[in-house]
Amino acid sequence: MEIEKLNTDDEDAAIPVDNNPETSRNAVQQTLMDFFMEVTLLSKFTARFFKQAIIPPYELKEFLKQCYIIGYKSLPLVGITGFIMGVVLTIQSRPTLAQFGAESWLPAMVGISIIREIGPVITALICAGKVGSGIGAELASMKVTEQIDAMEVSGINPFKYIVVTRILATTLMIPILVIISDAIALGGSLMAVNIKSDVSFNLFFGHVFEKLEFMDVIPSVIKTFFFGFAIGLVGCFKGYNSNKGTEGVGESANSSVVFASLLVFIMDMIAVQITSLFS
Amino acid sequence: MEPIIEKYNESTKGAINQEQSLMVETNHLAKSFGSKVVLKDFTMKLYKGENLVILGKSGGGKSVFIKLLVRLLDIDEGTVKVLGKDVSTLSDDELNELRQKVGFLFQSAALYDSMSVRENLEFPLRVMKDLKNEEKDQLVKEALDNVGLADAIDKKPSELSGGMRKRIGLARTLILKPEIILYDEPTTGLDPITSKEISKLILEMQKKYNTTSIIITHDMECAKITSNRIIVLKEGAVGAEGNYTELAKSEDAFVHSFFE
Ligand SMILES: Nc1ncnc2c1ncn2[C@@H]1O[C@H](COP(=O)(O)OP(=O)(O)OP(=O)(O)O)[C@@H](O)[C@H]1O
Ligand SMILES: [Mg+2]
Repeated sequence: MEIEKLNTDDEDAAIPVDNNPETSRNAVQQTLMDFFMEVTLLSKFTARFFKQAIIPPYELKEFLKQCYIIGYKSLPLVGITGFIMGVVLTIQSRPTLAQFGAESWLPAMVGISIIREIGPVITALICAGKVGSGIGAELASMKVTEQIDAMEVSGINPFKYIVVTRILATTLMIPILVIISDAIALGGSLMAVNIKSDVSFNLFFGHVFEKLEFMDVIPSVIKTFFFGFAIGLVGCFKGYNSNKGTEGVGESANSSVVFASLLVFIMDMIAVQITSLFS
Repeated sequence: MEPIIEKYNESTKGAINQEQSLMVETNHLAKSFGSKVVLKDFTMKLYKGENLVILGKSGGGKSVFIKLLVRLLDIDEGTVKVLGKDVSTLSDDELNELRQKVGFLFQSAALYDSMSVRENLEFPLRVMKDLKNEEKDQLVKEALDNVGLADAIDKKPSELSGGMRKRIGLARTLILKPEIILYDEPTTGLDPITSKEISKLILEMQKKYNTTSIIITHDMECAKITSNRIIVLKEGAVGAEGNYTELAKSEDAFVHSFFE
């Protein structure tokens, strides 16, 4: 319709202004339809994952390989960000606490913020960027170059071999990465505390763990499993369903990161609501 | 078609009836993508021990056709029977079982990028649970020798040239000695000497293991060496059918253009 309008010599029709309420409503409708379509497909994909994950045979070797790639290879990045997180948070919080004469609270406050909230979320976001995009791009290129088809014709279930192993690996590795990152962040915090005052290792961690409660640790560990699951799921979903040739590879990587990061935030919000219900 | 049945009934010296020796059968097969009709009414039969070459224009639906045979794509209309089984009605397990008996060489070779050549070749062997490691090594070595690439065993696909990848893909397809082999342009991108070797290898596979093959090719030399019968695909249907010498004499301009 637009093109036809543009082609006419009629003066007032020559300017393509979209003030037709009908077309804009259609556009909204289309976007909504696309969204629900995507959600339906993702739900089906998730259901398929659970079904395939339960039925033997299990691809143990590939799972371990993915754990190595996803977990071990992300360590340096997660370590560095964890360290910086601890240092920055400590330096930033000190003046405020000093105003109230509560500097001795510094270790406990920083420890709780890191373990409860900042550690899991930042680490998950970093992994959504590194791991999620990696999985999305890898699977999309396997699809484009017919590697997934090739597995299928050799009578091996590619969903099980590729998707299930990767999702399980992220679900297991992200929590471990978060714990490591938390520990490094606390180490960074200890160093930052020691810039201005002299606090021993024992004293620092004594403070942190004295204030840390069961209800701080358990929910934040549980939610990291969900973060890991979401990152793996979205990466695999976007990559496995990529259908647009080489251009689709970049697109899958990109949308994996965006979608996974968004999911991490949404899940975090839900987790906070649930924990506050119980405490 | 008659002579071929006779020939292979003779060569296997058994009382194989026609029903048994029918390996692939399609009836009024149709496939479209959106509004683009790729296959319209494709009916063919393939008998045991036969090498069938399919010729056709680029984009004519040859690759789509062999993908339909192993249900990598779903059929719109018509039926496909492979080894006596209607592929569109098979359960996942039955389909996997059938696929293990059918080798598929992809046009793009489709090597697994993350694996070495050795792992690529070992991958199809996973379905054979009780294979010992030495036996695996032996099979891998043999398959690589067949395509003349024994020293590429520890390389990654990214380190190989296009032609080498093609040959590794071929080795991977042949390693399980499938009953039916579907070759999608096995010699494209290879020099004339290697092309000829590959064509001979296809022929050797047929002789040695009595395999049945469909060979898609644009390489007339390959068609000449390997074919028992040729189908020319024209506008989504069988345009012409016969052996190499018969078709080479064809008056039809479209068919003739392949043999010029
Ligand atoms: N998955 C797909 N989705 C949409 N269209 C497709 C798909 N696969 C193939 N096609 C279309 O089907 C037609 C036939 O493709 P096919 O790959 O079978 O050609 P071909 O005969 O193998 O050609 P070539 O000799 O170049 O390999 C093409 O027009 C292609 O665009
Ligand atoms: Mg093709």
